[in-house]
Amino acid sequence: MTLHPMIAALRRHKAGVVLIALQIALTLAIVCNAVFIIGQRVERVNRPTGLDESNLFLVSQQWVGAPSGDDPASVEKLDSLQQADLAALRSLPDVASVTPINSLPLLNSSWNGAVDLKPGTTGQGSFNGTRTTYYFSDEQALSTLGLHLVAGRNFTVADVQHRGFRDQGEPSLVILTKALGDKLFPKGDALGKVIFLNGATTPTTIIGMVERMQVPGTGSWTNSFVWNATLVPTRLDANFARYAIRAKPGRLDAAMHAVTPTLYAANPLRVLDDDSVKSFAQIRAEAYRADVGMAILMGVVCLILLAVTAAGIVGLTSFWVGQRHRQIGVRRALGARKIDILHYFQIENLVIASVGAVIGLMLAIGLNLLLMQSFEMERLPVAYVLAGIVMVLALGQGAVFVPARRASNVPPVVATRAA
Amino acid sequence: MLAYYLGLALHSLKQNRVLTALMVLAMGLGIGASMTTLTVFHLLSGDPLPGRSGQLFYPQLDPTPTAAAVLPGNMNYIDAVNLWQAKRADRQAIMVGGNIKTKAAQTGARPMSLHTLATTADFFPMFGVRFTQGNAWTPADDLAKARVAVISRSASNRLFHGESGLGQNIRLGQWDFRVVGVIDDWRPTPHFYELDRESYGGGDEVFIPFLTSRDLAKLGVTGYSLNCYGNTTDDLHLENQPCLWLSFWVELDNSAKAQAYRQFLDNYAREQQVLGRYAQAGPPRTALPDVMQWLDQNGVVPSDVSLKTWIALGFLLVCLMNTTGLLLVKFLRRTTEISVRRALGASRQQIFMQCLVEAVIVGMAGGALGLLLALAGLWGIRHTPADYADLAHLDLPMFAATFVISLAVSLVAGLLPAWRACHIAPALQLKVI
Repeated sequence: MTLHPMIAALRRHKAGVVLIALQIALTLAIVCNAVFIIGQRVERVNRPTGLDESNLFLVSQQWVGAPSGDDPASVEKLDSLQQADLAALRSLPDVASVTPINSLPLLNSSWNGAVDLKPGTTGQGSFNGTRTTYYFSDEQALSTLGLHLVAGRNFTVADVQHRGFRDQGEPSLVILTKALGDKLFPKGDALGKVIFLNGATTPTTIIGMVERMQVPGTGSWTNSFVWNATLVPTRLDANFARYAIRAKPGRLDAAMHAVTPTLYAANPLRVLDDDSVKSFAQIRAEAYRADVGMAILMGVVCLILLAVTAAGIVGLTSFWVGQRHRQIGVRRALGARKIDILHYFQIENLVIASVGAVIGLMLAIGLNLLLMQSFEMERLPVAYVLAGIVMVLALGQGAVFVPARRASNVPPVVATRAA
Repeated sequence: MLAYYLGLALHSLKQNRVLTALMVLAMGLGIGASMTTLTVFHLLSGDPLPGRSGQLFYPQLDPTPTAAAVLPGNMNYIDAVNLWQAKRADRQAIMVGGNIKTKAAQTGARPMSLHTLATTADFFPMFGVRFTQGNAWTPADDLAKARVAVISRSASNRLFHGESGLGQNIRLGQWDFRVVGVIDDWRPTPHFYELDRESYGGGDEVFIPFLTSRDLAKLGVTGYSLNCYGNTTDDLHLENQPCLWLSFWVELDNSAKAQAYRQFLDNYAREQQVLGRYAQAGPPRTALPDVMQWLDQNGVVPSDVSLKTWIALGFLLVCLMNTTGLLLVKFLRRTTEISVRRALGASRQQIFMQCLVEAVIVGMAGGALGLLLALAGLWGIRHTPADYADLAHLDLPMFAATFVISLAVSLVAGLLPAWRACHIAPALQLKVI
């Protein structure tokens, strides 16, 4: 079959052809970008935090009438309250380990600062170092959170200090994530090296590195330092505290239920509400709810778009079939087989869809560039566009099949009737 | 004549119900999706104080040692108090917020965490805040560090269980404040005067004099974000710390005054350079955006919202083309009928009008469906955890816009098919019959 007569026929339906081709092009452009957005969001949601997230939960609580923590005596008082809580929680039968910690990955509550290789000079402040998030915790942090130590050693009980929430002062030892260590010391020899936190003049030694640990913030402002976490062996003393708890395998629910009564029994002067005990799965779901919502919305938009476009193709092709009813009859009478008629409409659609796909390819890239300017988008990978092209071509073939089959069923006898 | 066209159009639409339904559905989906996202966009990018925002300005200074690309968004204590005391604007107010544990002063009352704003007396008249009871505190109260407070009606209801809070005492932290005024609930959207807080959350509920809040530093009203550009020694007493944490707004009633204030800011910055307080040399870095410029500068509308708006508009475009295609099919299918009408004396213009009427009927039906879908979409948004969720309602302008957009879309969609239909050569078609 030659394309020549088909092109000639299409030239008589310019408006319809242009409309279908443009519709396919726009659909391709939007669907490609939307699917890419879905992919990006899904990738974001699925990135591991570096924690062993199963059996992990977090307790956030406040003491009522606790001292302010602004003088040494009240810091000691707060610390003893915290120690008492830790002891009570660690003695629970379903609990494997407990660590006090100021935040967790994905919790969106963070203590950020900068790490430098040089000491700061008082008055000027050196805040140009590498950005990081601090996790203030103790020697059980690694085991409770399930972090993998890849170099050096864990904190020991003797390393762990405590200080008031608002007191100044930097620790003498820290554990960094490998990402942060490698950023500071690109040769990969960060272990044992000395760094300076937040423009301090006192040195801090890197005693260990963990494989991976995400920062608490999930907003785009954390993109530049999302794996740069610093673990500090310090219990922070304030009138509130957070405890990360690892339940024994399979005992998560039991451990979560046991926590509230245990804490109230240890000290009734505190506030624990419905939100106070949260499994890590809950924290994860809350952190990424907007991303999941966006992905679902984009998915729905894509499906509706494809359906609308398919409906458009069915509508226009049906019209063409009706319009050419007699011509089809003539062709059939002159010896064309059913399959020839079917193929005619299929190939016609393929030609139109291909033109649409080529325009759509350019539109998709253009739209992507536009979105990259105003939003946090990356460059659209070619694979997405190619997959999109295959999809719209298949969509066109699917949509055209019903009217084309109807066309192929036109009997040759139509040729003999008046139009 | 129009009635006749309407009759013809309805008759024709009834003839092919599937095609009609398809067109209405496509239009409805397109309009519904775009109206949902446009409504959210419109709500989030709106003017928080219509009629007043042009006279409110946010002075910006740069006391930091290194010139960043954008000017700091907050002021340190010394600059804010200097500008406040200079009184060069018609009105001026310092403000900083915090979540403060508050309760009615009588024993046994339950404490609650309320959004508290420490500010100065001009805040209320400057932003046009309406009082239901009592008044704002006076500038003298500011200087006297008086323990007085203004609360919102909803806070009053919650703290005093529906009784009037005026004249009563409330306890913030461990200090008692006398309630001198109750304001009508006030929730400017976005929360333009202090953007560090969630931009679309509830309004502030307790207001206390700024200098009083400094006097009681342990109350901890130090803002929602503390940005320091040097070594700090104390993060509770921030008066002398190199930290940016305060918002400062001025009211300037005409452009001449705004110009004069710009000059004043430049002079002030130069003076501070001479005094050695500002480390950066060179021309002074200052700015004086008004409310809308300030919001724009800060990109307040969440990027996901604008992204969705763009996608929805693209979606509407596809639905528009789809409808155009289907209308084309519909009109060209009736070539015979149109030819007969032409032969009987209908002018091209009349055929054109008739086709457009049909397109508009489809568009209006699509618009009505779209309105329902938009209402459903907004209902869905109200059930998301976004901080603007409870704002997502269709207001009157957007309700009207739905029909304007449907009309415009249907006219655009009908234009090409109608033009094609009225250019059918009647003789050719009639010969075939």
